[in-house]
Parts: sequence; C-alpha cells; structure tokens
Amino acid sequence: MGDFFTLSVLVATAASAIRLATPYLLASLGETIGQRSGVLNLGVDGVMLLSAFFSYWAVLETGNLWLAVLVGLVVGLAMGILYGVITVGLSATQGISGIGIFIFGLGLSDLLFRQQVGTPKPVRRLPNVDVPILSDIPHLGEALFQRNLLTYLAFLLVPATALLLSRTTFGLNIRSVGENPQAADSLGVSVERTRFVAILIGNSMAGLAGAALVLQLGIFQPNLTQGLGFIAVALVYFGAWRPAGVMGGALLYGLVNATVLQWKALGIIPVSGSDLANMAPAILTILALIALARRVHAPSALTKPFTRH
Amino acid sequence: MLKAVLGALVPLLAAVVAFAFGAIMLLALGASPLAGLDAMLDGAFGSGSRIAATAVKATPLILVGAGITIAFRTSVINIGGESQIIAGALLSTVVALSLPDLPAFILVPLVLLAGAIGGTILGAIPGALKAYASVNEILSTIMLNLVMVQFMNFLLRGPLIDPFELEAGTRIPQTQRLSDNAALPTLIDGTRLHIGVPVAVLAAVVAYLVLWRTPTGFRLRAVGHSPEAARAAGINVKRNVTLAMALSGSLAGIAGSILVFGSEGQRMVTDGSAAGFTGSAGFNGIVAALFGGLHPLWTIPSAMLFGALLTGATQLQRVLQVPAALAVALNGIIVIFVISSTPVRGWLQRSLADSGLFNRSTDHVEAD
Amino acid sequence: MKRQRRLSPSILVMLGALAFAGVACGGGDAEEPAAPATTAAPTAVAAGPLRVAIVAPSASDDLAFSQSMVDSVNALERDVELSITDGTFIIEDAAAAIRGYAEDGNDVVIAHGTQFGASLMEIAPDFPDVTFVWGTASDTQGLDNVFAYAPAADEGGYVNGSIAASLTDSGVIGVVGPIEAGDAVAYINGFEAGALAGGASEVNITYTGSFGDVALAAEAAEAHLANDVDVLTGTAQMVVGAVGVATDAGVPWFGTQANQTSLAPDLVVASQVYHWEVVLEEMLALRDGGVLGGQAFEINLANGGLVIEFNDGFELPAGVRDAAEAMIEAITSGTVSTGS
Repeated sequence: MGDFFTLSVLVATAASAIRLATPYLLASLGETIGQRSGVLNLGVDGVMLLSAFFSYWAVLETGNLWLAVLVGLVVGLAMGILYGVITVGLSATQGISGIGIFIFGLGLSDLLFRQQVGTPKPVRRLPNVDVPILSDIPHLGEALFQRNLLTYLAFLLVPATALLLSRTTFGLNIRSVGENPQAADSLGVSVERTRFVAILIGNSMAGLAGAALVLQLGIFQPNLTQGLGFIAVALVYFGAWRPAGVMGGALLYGLVNATVLQWKALGIIPVSGSDLANMAPAILTILALIALARRVHAPSALTKPFTRH
Repeated sequence: MLKAVLGALVPLLAAVVAFAFGAIMLLALGASPLAGLDAMLDGAFGSGSRIAATAVKATPLILVGAGITIAFRTSVINIGGESQIIAGALLSTVVALSLPDLPAFILVPLVLLAGAIGGTILGAIPGALKAYASVNEILSTIMLNLVMVQFMNFLLRGPLIDPFELEAGTRIPQTQRLSDNAALPTLIDGTRLHIGVPVAVLAAVVAYLVLWRTPTGFRLRAVGHSPEAARAAGINVKRNVTLAMALSGSLAGIAGSILVFGSEGQRMVTDGSAAGFTGSAGFNGIVAALFGGLHPLWTIPSAMLFGALLTGATQLQRVLQVPAALAVALNGIIVIFVISSTPVRGWLQRSLADSGLFNRSTDHVEAD
Repeated sequence: MKRQRRLSPSILVMLGALAFAGVACGGGDAEEPAAPATTAAPTAVAAGPLRVAIVAPSASDDLAFSQSMVDSVNALERDVELSITDGTFIIEDAAAAIRGYAEDGNDVVIAHGTQFGASLMEIAPDFPDVTFVWGTASDTQGLDNVFAYAPAADEGGYVNGSIAASLTDSGVIGVVGPIEAGDAVAYINGFEAGALAGGASEVNITYTGSFGDVALAAEAAEAHLANDVDVLTGTAQMVVGAVGVATDAGVPWFGTQANQTSLAPDLVVASQVYHWEVVLEEMLALRDGGVLGGQAFEINLANGGLVIEFNDGFELPAGVRDAAEAMIEAITSGTVSTGS
C-alpha cells in the first residue's frame, strides 16, 4: 500500500481529473447554452458517439488530429441542424426527440464502426502542450499546464460562455427566449432563430466533446461514451445553468473518479470494496448539491416549444 | 373525415420514410430490405410463441411507461427507471431467497410487492430530494442509475452470489436458481406468456384510474399543471412531488421483479452493466410513454410496438446476419420521424381548419 | 394536453400497418422459412456442412473474449456454416437468439458468455437434438446436450506474470480489470502469483467496475503509472484504453484472451490466446459418436488450448524467453502450481 499524499501522486490525480473532466465540460457547456434558450437535449450522448466515431475515423485515415477535431465539430453541427429542425422547426417534444437522437447515434456509430473499421486500431492521441512559463511552476504546472489543447479550449470556454450569456446581445436573446419567449417575440427577437443557433452551438460543443474523448484515448469502441453524455446533462443542473457551476460539477465528478482509481491502485480501497467505491462519484455529486442547499431558478420556458398565438 | 385521414396518413408516412431509411441501410449492408422486413415481422409476430415473446418484452416498458406518465403528469421527470428496476429486482430476489418455501399463491404476489417497494424507495429518494432539498430530479435519477448498477454488482458478487459459484471458483456474479414457487405462472403452455403481462396491463389501468378518477390523481395533475396554483388551492406540493416519483418508481420496481421471475433463467445475473439486466427498459419505457401521449392506457399499445421492434430486431440480426446496431439505429430513426410528424399533422390540420373545411370543435378529447 | 393526445391514432395506425404487413408477409412463408440472404436453406444434418451458431456478448472482432471464439470456430478443420449474433450483452436478448438458432435447425449453438448459462439451462432441454456449448463454465449442470468450456486462464496469467517480473525495474506491476468475476479473476490471480513468484515486489490490481468504459480503464492505467508501475496487463474489451496509455508511456503490456499485438506493436510482450478449437474438436467428435453433451472441458497450456503468443517485435532480454518457455513446460508437467 502506497501513500496518497505524495506530491507526484496528487499531481497525477489532478491531471487525471482534468482529463476525465474535459469531455464532460465541453458537452455540459454546450447543453447549458441550449437549455438557457429553453431547449433540453437528452441526445448529447448520441451526438458525442457519432462525432467520436467520425473523429476517430478521420485520424485513422489521414493521421491528422486537427482534421479529426474539425470533423467532430462538423458532425456535432450537423446533428444540431437535425435537432433544430425537429424541435424548433417542427416543434416536436424535446425529451423524446433527444432520446431518439441518442438511440440513433448509439446505433449508427456502432454500425459504421463495425462496417468501416471492425477491429479496434489505435490512433495518435492528442499530445500534451506546455503552456509557456506557467508549465514551469513546480507541480502545479505539471498538473494544470501540460495538458492537451482541447482541454485548454474546454476551460477557456467557461468564461467565454459566461460572457456570451451575460454580456452580449445574443446572450441576452438566448436568456430572454428561455425565460419568456412571448415577451421576447413581442420585442422583435426571433425565438426560432435564437433557439436554432443556440442548438447549433450546443451540439457543436457536444461534437467537440466526442472528439476530445476519442482523441484523448486514441481508440474507438461501440458505445465508447458509456452514458457520459447523460452525466453531462446532469452536470448542467449541478451547475444551475451557470458555466462556472458546470465547471465545478465536471471537476468534482472527474476528481472523485480519479481519486477512486488512485486509491485502488494504491490498495487503499481493497478489491472487495471496489464496487462500493465506484458509487462514490455519483453519490458525492448528489451530496454536494444537497450541501449547497440553494434555490435555483430554471429557465422558465425549458422544454416548452414556442408557438405564436 | 378529411381530418381523420390526415391524422392517420402523416404518421404512416413518417413510419414509411423511417422504414425507407432502414431499407437503404440494409441495402448498404448488402441485405435485402424485403427479407429484413419479413424477418422483423416474423420475429415479432411470426408464431404464437413469438407474439408471446413480444408481449413479454413489452411488459417492463408498459410498467415503466405507466410510471413515467404519473411522474410527467406531475411535472417530474423520472429518468431513473433503470435504478428503480434494479432496486425492485434486488429486493424481490432477497425475498425469494429468504422465503423460498412459501406456496406460490403467496410468494408470487409477495415478490411483486417486494419489487414495488424496492422501486418505491428508489423513486421516493429523488422525489424527496427534489421536494425538500431542491436537488433537480434529472441529475439525481441519472446519478442513482450509476449508483444502483454498482450496488447490484456488489450484491451479486458478494452477499447474494450463488454459493456454488464460490465453491467451484467460477465466480459468476449471479444468484442461485430462485424458488420455483416464485416463478411467474405461464398462461399459455409452450409460450413464455406469463402472468406478468396481465399484471402490467392491470397496473397501467390502475395508473389511469388513479390519475383521472381519484382525488390523489387530481392533486398530482394539479401540481403538474401549476405548482403555484396547486399550492394556493391548499395542495401540499412537496408531498405530491415525492408521491409521484414514488408511484412512478413502484411500477418500475414491479418491472424489475418481473424481469427476474419471468425470465428464462429464473435468477438474477449481471454482466456488469445496467442494460445487460434491464435491456434499457428504463429508457425505452420513457419513449413508450411519450409515444402514448403520456396516457397510461395508450402506453400499452405503444409499448407493444416497441416490444415488437425489439424482438423483431433480434430475429433480423439472426436471419440476415447484420449487426444488431442496425436495429438500434433504425429504432432511433423511427422515434425521430414519428415524433417529428406529430406537429406536422397538427399544423396541416390547423391549416385545413383555418380554411373552413371542417369544424375544429369536433376534436373533442376525453380524459383531460 | 390536446396536442399530446393526438399521438394516439398514430400508434394504432402503425400497429395496424405492422399487423397487416405481418399477415401479408406471414402468409407466404407459413410452410417454409424464407431463405435468408446469407444463410442457405436448412439442409439435412449428415449431408451438408455443420451448422454452428455463436451468441456472443461483445463485438465479434473485439480483440478479446468474443473474437477468441469466432477465430476458433473458423479454425475448425471441418466444413462449418457459421452464424453469429454478437453484441448481445442484454441477457434476455441473448436467450432469444440462442432459442432462435436452435429453432432454426443449427447443429451446434455456442452460448459464449457465462451470464447466458441460467437461460441456457431452461432452453437446452427443449432441443434434445441440438448440442449447446456454453462457457466460460466448469459444469454442465447435469444436462446431457450441453458441453461446458473454461480456460485455465491462471496458467497463462502465471506465465505472463513471471515474464513481467523479469522486465520490471521498479518491482511494481499494474493490472487493469473489469469487475472481479469469471475468467478475469483467474487470469489476474494467476498473473499476480506468477509475478510475485518471479520476484516482483508488488502487484497493484484495479477493477474499474465496467467491461465497456475505455476512459476509466485508461485513467486506471495512468494511476498505476503514477505509482511506479513500469509493466502493465489487463483483461476484457475495455483495456484498449489502457494499452494506449502504456504505448505513450513506453511501458510493456501483456495481453490475454486474443492476440493484442496489433494494439501496440512495439510494447506488447506476449498474449495468452484462447484456442477453443482444441476442445471444440473434441466436442464435435463426441457429437459424431452420438454424445451430444454432458461433459466439461478446459483449455490449458498442456492441451494447447492456451497458447502464449510472443510478439517478435518486442525484444526480450537474453534468457527471458527461454525462462518463459521453461515455465510453460513446468506448468504443463505440473511441477509449478498456478493455483487461483
């Protein structure tokens, strides 16, 4: 049995938490933007699976990681167009549409993988990039500033999303169509267009999340996400629709997972208690939310299709 | 008349388009679409025993779907079907292990009751968390799904494992074969149609009656309609939110019990995942409920349709040797197309109404 | 509320359409099953090829458990017509597929998943002319048309562990497993015993709790690396994530179930490969002689069902390969006990 409280182990745990948190964070931020505009998307997992497959396929065929990231983004965007047409264009029920997208993505990504690839083949993984100066900080630099570019992007998108929502006209429009679409409409804000764009942004970020997941692993498998997209949706509620809160949730979830794995490796958690320890991330997330004990206000028009009457 | 035709035509068209997509995918895989359709229909309805298998497959979807209806009508979103199914299955398994010698006419109702209690607990927790601690139920139910999988693995690897598995060293994470007295009686010999099917239908009917024919149901729907108005009318909103989740969970819990005692194996087995045991009924039940317009009675045919798709898919894979993923993707396409067609139909009907071709007021809807 | 209620007729229509189509299509093939696209019409047992079906929980090309059986059936030295239903991790669906293949007139139905056994026990008695093959399992539960098979995975684990011990500098070796059950336990326990006997000071074992979570397996490997591990192994299909981590860290990897060299051509030292065909041939010979089941088989190093396949792309230090061969010999002859 080793010691958890040594610097190298703590640094490794933090790095692991950040890697695990990256796909959650990207997907959750995207879902946050969508929900603030009044659109719930339960199909995040399906979008992530499809974009993860196409990213993987792109890098397998071309070896180009940035093309793969772009492909993930574009697949997310395409799924966003589909979801926008269904939920905004046709005003279909959001919950079931999202589940339809999830099932579709789960099946199609599996099918394409079996047909086009078959046996899992390893591909290049996203390289770690040192941030100048900051990466030289002892220990902290190693944990935080020697990560891959998509991780940096995910964390930079936290303030970016916050600014978008709070300081821009478009952000104001998003919030107004999510709170009171009738009023927004009467003020000349196009509810449909605003929601459609919010969906496109949200799904593109889910696409990036899929790319980040598969490119951090360097391999694809059927149902690679294992429900990651649903946890990402849950984290939006954890973060109370605020980007910083969402980031807190993603980091908490990643950190508990990483700590459990470290404690297993160190023998602090015996094999017999392995299953019980695996319950920790989910239970602690719920407990943390109880402890925060706050009243949160959900976007009033969430899940409600807009009709002008 | 025109409206009725339109009402039928649009979803039918949607289904046809969805199947056309399936046909294209089958062609891409080098298989005949007609043979595919034939295999699916044959697998779902090809013989008495296959129709029975479809009904058995639909059973957990009916139960979960009816439960979802109660929750959604109270404006609570229950995505915790998987955890509630597992809890019901575990508790009923413990009962059958502890009281194996009770006669069947006591033990069968008892395991179903145990299932309901297990599901109730896992429903009441997120319900109470929402009502009294402001923890969003989507978050808590998704998280509890993850928790219960690991708890199931823990119990089936440890306290509940078949002693033989430890002795032989094979350590399959499963219970011993459970008492035959707890097995759900078969209704028609030579098929798998067991008593769980009418139990599920009955439960859906009860859910309907509770929602629309009792004061409890009135209160639940009042809370669902507007919590503020309900509170103003003196209804305890928090208690009713908890109650809705508990009732919803209890039905999913019964589904868990039926999955164990109506299974071929007559024991609880895990492959480490939730879906391995539940067949994702906790999610498919949501789809069935929403397809049924959040009405417990319409959930029954809706669940049958999905049961047919699922059993048909198994046959499709076996006969045509195409990946199972094809059927999964096809199910997703069907959900997307049919759900998208509904507003289109409403829009077409409204356009016709505006043109004065028929009177909208004939569209009378009972039960609401 | 009206809007939602309007859904209802659509279901009736779809059900009606399905039922109608069912009548229309069902009428035609009531007497004989439609000839499927890829499988020939049923043939007499003696005349045509042996009809074998596999029901497997994960993808048939997963480089792990499911692939090991597909490769083995393809390696059989007789004319086999093979049908596969894979990815059926849902136990009830697997049961339906097993029953369906038996109804379709297959000669041999392989239920390739420990978790399918409980269902198989109910299905097998209904088809006395069909041979069911079930694993991994060490017991046929008294049924005379069921053969059981299991790997002595601890043997190959022991060999892998002993080689690993000779490669580690830190003395600490890491293992990534799914859940503590079935042949994963046998392999990992054997590996631990072999590594410790070979001089490793510590074997750290992580069960991630999932057969599918690749990301968790990758981070489990990272956690091992942070704790001085310099040799890794693992079992089940999610380890592909851990192999990626080993590759980037330049840490040797030991595979099991199937040959995993393609995942890391420079770093896979050796894989314990399941060659089920050894025991399948024995079962089929018994079936030819009229014995349809009732026996349990084990693949091990002695009968050639377990083979340690070395990767020539990984250069072992002098003497290690010879020591490994000697270890295999010792286990085969029974002088070394790998006991799990």
